[in-house]
This record gives sequence, structure tokens and C-alpha cells, in this order.
Amino acid sequence: MISIEGLSVAAGDFALRNVSFDVARGQYAVLMGRTGTGKTTLLEAICGLKPAAAGRIRLMGIDATDLKPAQRGVAYVPQDRALFSTMTVAENLGFALIVRKRRLDEIEQRVRELAQLLGITHLLMRKAMGLSGGEAQRVALGRALAARPDVLLLDEPMSALDDRTREEMHELLISVRRHTPVTTLHVTHNVSDAQRLADRVLLLENGSVREVQLCQRGAGVAEQA
Amino acid sequence: MTVQMSEVARETAHRERSDARFWVALGIIGGLYVLLVVAMVVADVAYTTPAAMLKVLRDPAIRYSIKLSLVSCSITTILALWVAVPLGYIMSRWQAPRRKPGEPRRVFWNWLAKGLVDATLDIPIVLPPLVIGLCLLILFQTPLGRVFQRGDISIFGWRLPPIPITYAVPSVIIAQFAVACAFAVRTMKVTFDQISPRGEQVALTLGCTRGQAFWLVVLPEAKRGMLAAGTLAWARALGEFGPILVFSGATRMRTEVLPTSVFLELSLGRLPAALAVSLLMIAAAVIVLIIVRLAGSETTMMRGAT
Repeated sequence: MISIEGLSVAAGDFALRNVSFDVARGQYAVLMGRTGTGKTTLLEAICGLKPAAAGRIRLMGIDATDLKPAQRGVAYVPQDRALFSTMTVAENLGFALIVRKRRLDEIEQRVRELAQLLGITHLLMRKAMGLSGGEAQRVALGRALAARPDVLLLDEPMSALDDRTREEMHELLISVRRHTPVTTLHVTHNVSDAQRLADRVLLLENGSVREVQLCQRGAGVAEQA
Repeated sequence: MTVQMSEVARETAHRERSDARFWVALGIIGGLYVLLVVAMVVADVAYTTPAAMLKVLRDPAIRYSIKLSLVSCSITTILALWVAVPLGYIMSRWQAPRRKPGEPRRVFWNWLAKGLVDATLDIPIVLPPLVIGLCLLILFQTPLGRVFQRGDISIFGWRLPPIPITYAVPSVIIAQFAVACAFAVRTMKVTFDQISPRGEQVALTLGCTRGQAFWLVVLPEAKRGMLAAGTLAWARALGEFGPILVFSGATRMRTEVLPTSVFLELSLGRLPAALAVSLLMIAAAVIVLIIVRLAGSETTMMRGAT
């Protein structure tokens, strides 16, 4: 569960002021908003990479506002994926477990399990550099899920993917949801992402978040206070 | 009608203008310099005979200087990287702390970190080499420097042996290090600047401490930059002459490195020997350049060298 209360974050020229919203445990929330409204900044604040100037961030019932990123149990998939390019796909997937000094056989098993779930078993021994956009996105998703986080933050996971890969990723995220009970906040400005995946749709506008309803057939977001 | 025709003709002429003149002009201006460099090397090679090369290679003084050059440059390179990696990383990533979260950073500390350290690093790069040598010489004549050289330091009753520095081998390494390290730091800073902080940030969310993120994620990605910084430091150290002349002297079989050899041979009027040693250094430089090019980070090199 993610609970944001009156959060303010300063970031360069603009700032988020007094943002509040909740995402219940296990829910898949899609956060929409135009470019430059601070969606990425909000995600960075939730995973602890940007300090909160005011307000509280509660994760799974615990006040995480002042915790370090490593302590929050939040997995973050940035827009550019930021795969560890010097490592193989398998090492990327197992990274969080290697850092936690888990047993080797346990790590191997989890890596195989994730690779199967994400359909990247054939890539395990490849270097992370030179993967296609869809492949890289799957690896980044697997790396984030490896240590079974409570909260998953996705920053524009579908950007720079062609229509077919995007459709595959939709299917994948739906199946991941079925297998792993993780509270997800998915940032996008694409309406079809929201239509396919969201339990709830949130809209970030002028520094504040409100809930909106999608009109199923239209391409736009029907705004409802 | 004729007006229209001439317009068509003019338009055709406009579209068919060639870029050849532009490229030829640039080629001539740039090519002259490339030619100068090549001509310099060719002249050197043409002037030297294999006999002179062999004679130089058999000379014990020159052999000593080759050995001292290789050893001192390698030690300098290791020391320079040892400093350049952490300092480059700090300069690339460090930001002054905020008084309170969300408040602007402390302007003064930010300026101090980014500006002053940066400017300080330019000193060894822009200072005349002789002046650097003189500064080092003076530094080791201060009371603190003398303490080192006399061996007056004792730790828990154990007296450090006197470490002769001025006019001895350590001075050669210190003189090389003083300059080469600045270049290595510049190169490492550019290297870390080019590595997106996103990777480290993701590593932090995956459970890493800052230190783990650095060792596991950043350093492996900086490998090429480290190779470039190392080779650059090595090459700078190999060519170092002014500071060594002032700080270490030019004593045969003691503080003679390859540039010193060229200087000594020239001052003795033995041009062939001076040329032969120069060729050795050109060969070393070419090998270093090839390594750097193979390492592939051309932009890092170019920006690092300015």
C-alpha cells in the first residue's frame, strides 16, 4: 500500500506541492499526466531518491519518509531502464539477491523462475547491452521483482516500444500481476496503458493528484471530480 | 517568358552548387597540421641509423634511464588512478547537503566543491612545468618537507628511516604524479559524468549501500575510462621533463629519465643519440595512443585533455 500525505518535493525549476493520494495493497494504479508535471519526481520521492520537503510517505503502513532507498522495499523501473550494462541478463535479474547475500542455489532458482515468467530464458547469458527495447524492459522488470518488493514503481514502461511489443508488455504485466501480489504505481501518458491495466487511474495536474474515470471507447480521459 | 526561364536556370544552378570547395578549404587548413606532425616523425626516423639505435640501447646510462622511466611512470600511473577514481567520482556526483530537505543547497559549499577544486586541478595543467618543479623543490625545503627527508618522524617509538626525496628517485615520481594526476582526475570526472546516475539509483533501491552501488555498478562501467585515464597519466609522466630537471636534477644513473637523456645527449652535442632516445619515446607514445584508441572512449580523451 502506498499512502502519500501532503507531499512536497523540490526538483530544479518546478516543485510538487501538497500531493496526496492512496493506492491500496495489491492495487494497480496508473498515474497519468502531461510531460513535465513531475510524475518522475513523484516516483523518485517514493523510492527515496529525492528528499521530501514536506509531507509523509507511508508504505505498507510504515512511515518511510526518512528511510533510505534500500530500506523501503520499493522496486523502481526508470524510464531508461538503466540496466547494468557490464553484467549478463542473469546477473541483472539476480542483483538484488546477490546484494542480500542469498544462497547461490536460491538465487539461481529465482532467476530461472523470473526468466520463465518474463519469457527471457534464452537471454540469460547475454550481456545486458544491446538488447531490444522490449527485451530490456522485461529484464528491468525482472530485476525489480527479484527480491519480492512490496511496491513496484514503473516509469513509462511502454515508451519507445512499437505497438506490437507494447501489446506483449500489456499481456506480460497482466500475467505478472496474477503471479506476484505487488502494489503497483505505473506512470504513463498513454491512455491504452490505463485502459488495459489499471484498477484505478490517477491524474497529476498542476501539482495535485485526483482520481479520474476513463471513458472506455474514447481516446481521452473523461474528467470527473 | 524569358524572365521565367532565367529563374528556372538560376534555381537549377542554385541546386547544383557543389560542396567541394568547402571541403577542400577545410582539408587544406587541417591537412597542413597533420602533415607537420607526420613530417616531424619521418624526419626523426630518417635521421637515425640502426647503428645509432643499437649503440644507444647498449649504453648503460640510457638503459638505466629507460628502466627508471618505465618503473616511475608505472608507479605514477597507479598512484594517479588511486586518487583520480575517488576524486573524479566526488567531483562528478557530489552535491552540497541541504540545510533541511527541500531547501536549496548551500550555495557557498556547492561553489567551493565544484569551482574551487576544479580550478585547483587546473593549476598543474596550466602552470609552466619549470614552475611546478620549483614549487616542489621549495615544498620539500619547508620544515615539514625536511622532517620527511631527515627521518624525524616517529610512530609509537619507531623512527621512520630518512626518505631522501629531492634529487633522488622519489622526487621523479612525485614530479610526474603532480602533473599526471590532474589529467587522470579530469578524465575520470568526464567518465563518471557520462555514466548515468540512474544505474546507481536503481542499485540503491535494490538494496545497495552507496559503497556497494559504487563497487558493483559504477566501477565496472568506468573500466574504459580508467584505462584511458591510466594511459593518459602514463604518457604525461613519460614526457615529464621540466619539473624533474628542477626537482630531481639530471644525474646520470640516478635521476635520469628518458627526456633527461635527450636533454643530456643534446647538451653533450651527441645528436644521433638524442634522436635515437626520442624515437624510443615516440614508439612508446604510439603504443599508448593505440591502447587508448582501442579502449574506444575518444570523447573522454579529448575532453579530459583540455
